Amino acid sequence: MKKLIKFFLNGEPVQIEIEPHLTLLRLLRDKLEMTGTKEGCGMGECGACTVLLNGKTINSCIYPAMEVDGKMVTTIEGLLDPQGNLHPIQKAFIEYGAIQCGFCTPGMILSAKALIDENPNPTEEEIRNGIAGNICRCTGYIQIIQAIKSTSKP
Amino acid sequence: MKRFDYLIPKTMDELFSLLSQYGEKAVVIAGGTDVMVMIKKNEISPDILISLNGIQGLDEIKFNGALKIGPLVTHRMIEKSNLIRKQFSALSDAVDVLGSIQIRNVGTIAGNICNAAPSCDTAPPLLVLDAQLKLKSLKSERIIPIHQFFTGPGETVLQRGEILTEIYIPKPLPNTGSSYWKHQRRQALDLPIVGIAVLISLNRSTISSPEILSPEKNISTILQHLEKEDLICKEFRIALGVAAPTPIRMFRAEELIRGQKLSKVLIEEVSQIAMKESQPRDTMRGEAWYRREMIGVYVKRMAMRCIERILRPEEVPPIRQW
Repeated sequence: MKKLIKFFLNGEPVQIEIEPHLTLLRLLRDKLEMTGTKEGCGMGECGACTVLLNGKTINSCIYPAMEVDGKMVTTIEGLLDPQGNLHPIQKAFIEYGAIQCGFCTPGMILSAKALIDENPNPTEEEIRNGIAGNICRCTGYIQIIQAIKSTSKP
Repeated sequence: MKRFDYLIPKTMDELFSLLSQYGEKAVVIAGGTDVMVMIKKNEISPDILISLNGIQGLDEIKFNGALKIGPLVTHRMIEKSNLIRKQFSALSDAVDVLGSIQIRNVGTIAGNICNAAPSCDTAPPLLVLDAQLKLKSLKSERIIPIHQFFTGPGETVLQRGEILTEIYIPKPLPNTGSSYWKHQRRQALDLPIVGIAVLISLNRSTISSPEILSPEKNISTILQHLEKEDLICKEFRIALGVAAPTPIRMFRAEELIRGQKLSKVLIEEVSQIAMKESQPRDTMRGEAWYRREMIGVYVKRMAMRCIERILRPEEVPPIRQW
């Protein structure tokens, strides 16, 4: 039996009837066609599916969709400003070559955003800790760390 | 993955009536970072998940000398608490290195305990902190010490229909320091090869020359100096993870040390007993002999960290590895 949930997705109110066993990732990708959020391991280990829930990072692949009722979800699609410009962290990732295959990038950028929102001027160690839950198999992380560092506000 | 229904009761009464209504068909979910993974791996296949997240007031940390942790308190909330970092340091040490930020934002300490993995990171700290667990069901309520909670890998004394509603940590003795070390291969998203928690209470926290604890001094020099200070170990508790089928407290070792003078020989002796008392296994994450050696090493190192935290509580980074 389907159940009704209401929440905010990237600032827009959403009302949808869902099967209660859905994960947030399946809801986003399959029902709402928001495919910016990626599925990597599917077990909460790689961070590719990272989204923000009330501003905090979570692994959407192991998060029950029923629990987002009444909450605010931000995905990579929500980082554009109203004019359609990329977020400063996205621009920095491009500028520093912090993207290769791009599969980890949505999750990586959302982890970076959560970090910078909480701690606008993180040390390198704090950046490394901030993205420790996001695996990147291409870049070796150095460019990612440089990109995040460049957006910090001393 | 099997389909399931998802219920979010709003009150404890409603929760308990759902639990008795659905019995074996239902599993309780808090953060779900273990439950959802087990469902995806087909290790469990409940018809119904009953969420605690609709009930108000379960995510509170209360402090009045003693500490009370509600069942929806996440690892991240513990990590962010300066009070816990200062007074119940072993617990902060454990959540700092548990999973990833994504996991810590969602996963709860109560869930970590109820999942009862032998590798559970928060169990050794709670064991040395002498935590008590409040278990509630529709008709009864009982409080048990955490060392009686675990009965086997993934198994606890929790009965069907019973919920862990509070983790209670009594006020530590004055001049107490605690610490936890997760010995792991990588620094995030790993399980411990072994986990070692130590808690020490001394008879005082002042010594004639605290600067002896400087990072430049070697440990023998430091311990030789501390021996002359006549510091008594009023408590010396040790708990281990992945060293037996459940997280364990080393009561036998503790009895031998309690009330003794702090010395190099004493710390050496403690680590030897902990090694002997542990029953680690060979697994893909580490062999028994290696685990036992590391228990010896880290019991000593964590003892040094406890002593440092008692004698130099305002220690500034870089933190010495010991």
